[in-house]
Amino acid sequence: MSHLRVDLRQRAEELVALYPRPRSAMLPLLHLVQEQDGYVSPEGIDEVAELTGTTPADVRGTASFYDMFHLEPVGRYVVGVCTNIACLLAGGEELLAHASARLDCAVGSTTDDGLFTLEETECLADCGHAPCVTVNHRYVRATTPEAFDAVIDEVRQGRREHEIPDHGTLVRVRRNGGLRVPDDVVAAERAAAKAARARRLEEAN
Amino acid sequence: MAVLDAPRIVTSRLAFEDSHTLARYLATGGYEALRKALAMHPEQVAAEVDQASLLGRGGAGFPAGRKWSMLRPSEVAYLVVNGDESEPATFKDHLLVERDPHQLVEGVIIAAYALQVNRAFIYLRGEFALGLERVQAALNDAYDHGALGRDIFGSGFSLDVVVHPGAGAYICGEETALLEGLEGKRGFPRIKPPFFPAAQGLYGEPTVVNNVETMSNLPWIVLNGGAAFAALGAGRSTGTRLFALAGRVNRPGVYEVEMVKNTFRDLIYDPAFGAGVPGDRPVKAFIPGGVSAPWFGPDQLDLPLGQDEVGAQGSMLGSGSVVVLDDTTCAVRAAWRITKFFSRESCGQCTPCREGSGWIERAMYRLEHGGGRAEDLDLLLDLCDNIAPGLTWPPQQTTICVLGPSIPSSVHAAIEMFKDEFLAHVETQGCPFD
Repeated sequence: MSHLRVDLRQRAEELVALYPRPRSAMLPLLHLVQEQDGYVSPEGIDEVAELTGTTPADVRGTASFYDMFHLEPVGRYVVGVCTNIACLLAGGEELLAHASARLDCAVGSTTDDGLFTLEETECLADCGHAPCVTVNHRYVRATTPEAFDAVIDEVRQGRREHEIPDHGTLVRVRRNGGLRVPDDVVAAERAAAKAARARRLEEAN
Repeated sequence: MAVLDAPRIVTSRLAFEDSHTLARYLATGGYEALRKALAMHPEQVAAEVDQASLLGRGGAGFPAGRKWSMLRPSEVAYLVVNGDESEPATFKDHLLVERDPHQLVEGVIIAAYALQVNRAFIYLRGEFALGLERVQAALNDAYDHGALGRDIFGSGFSLDVVVHPGAGAYICGEETALLEGLEGKRGFPRIKPPFFPAAQGLYGEPTVVNNVETMSNLPWIVLNGGAAFAALGAGRSTGTRLFALAGRVNRPGVYEVEMVKNTFRDLIYDPAFGAGVPGDRPVKAFIPGGVSAPWFGPDQLDLPLGQDEVGAQGSMLGSGSVVVLDDTTCAVRAAWRITKFFSRESCGQCTPCREGSGWIERAMYRLEHGGGRAEDLDLLLDLCDNIAPGLTWPPQQTTICVLGPSIPSSVHAAIEMFKDEFLAHVETQGCPFD
């Protein structure tokens, strides 16, 4: 019995098939688990282990290395405020303090209603719009306390649902099916190309 | 005076709202370079890139043509694109993947053809949610258009490209750590030698790893010739380059600038670029190539934006990020925050990086927030010297990857340039800028 929903299980199997080795699908699969459960759940870890031919301990050990994976439940919206150098120079620390007060939640924790988790992030590569704020990894470009408050209000009221999906950054990343080059075709083409190169080399000599 | 007449090589479409779509790409000459390349011998395509003297745009600045020539002959080989842009204040690849994904995809196909590899991976930073959507959409469109997949444009060449999402780890920008991430493991940089994935890369097979901006230059190089690219810039630094300008400037942003012809002063002050410092405050210092780079002072503003020119002065052009600090900026706070980043992001394999970054960060924190001691300066310099013995540039290697020994850059530079400021922090037991 699959822990992943039917549609996500299908996407997971598609992902595994994209790589020469199943384990390579580890990070995208963990994103899928997070998309369904809101965090990397123990049941999800078991399923990723099964799909990648590894063990749950191995999956957990890998997931814990990467900042985007939450091994504990988090709020429906993860709010990130950057305080790295470009944002520091643009008032990132002050905006983070404002965010904490506004959400009534300490940095690194979740609001009582379970709606928001606030994180201090490292550079998110949007320094032209510093300080950088993201909600579920969508750049909201709220660089002032007023703009931040407006975004939070809109999210609360459900007015940003299309722009900011729930967890999972791969929600809208879907590859067209059936386009993969089969391995034997690749091998045959490589052999042909190699022979052609050898012929050219021979002619050149 | 800034030199502004260079062609736009990688940002030519950004004025269009729909620059990321196939329709716009085709309407602006898209996939013409690929058709041209496919009519050439793969070796000829590689020769054009070699002639262009295209230096890698990721940070190390290694010539792309030379990297390609090192690919070990093998039945199986891979091309991997490094789109894990995480060096603080670097945000140029972010722009390219979101706003012109087809240009990247076309560059990848051209490179794969030149290298005769049939499988490529684009490793994108996991936080680039929109970038992931756009690149996957561009790949889907390219397959439909016949530019990817089986028998591309009837040439007999086939290629499969997979977009791979990262998951938040600065270290995965290091190419061997990136390959570990692509293999589904923790992003631990691999022990060298082998020094180059071209000998032993993904799954142990020969692999070329190139940066997003490097790839994005290829369509233009193929269409216009390597010589035309090499005619721009000067010396080894040819073509144009994206500079991500941030910090205390009026117009932070990403600017495409001809290499060497312009200076840091042009970039920071020209109305076409940074348009000066807010309130016309003086520049106190600037970071010329990402936070791993040693800082420069105002006397180096007239240095040309060239790889060797900056290297000769003891720093690096690195990732193309320029951060401006003005006289309202506390050097201690800036250097502390940079070290905090390194401490948080150390992968933990090597002691100098893992322990050193945290130790420096704690000492810097205490100086900035009250509790600093006069002897902290010597302690900090000693710690820096332990991570990068002799504090030379480029630094001596004490760790598995090159990121470790660049940790001391900012703290060392800040102490050298602004020692009085450190002492003022000790004297006032806090930050004089607060």
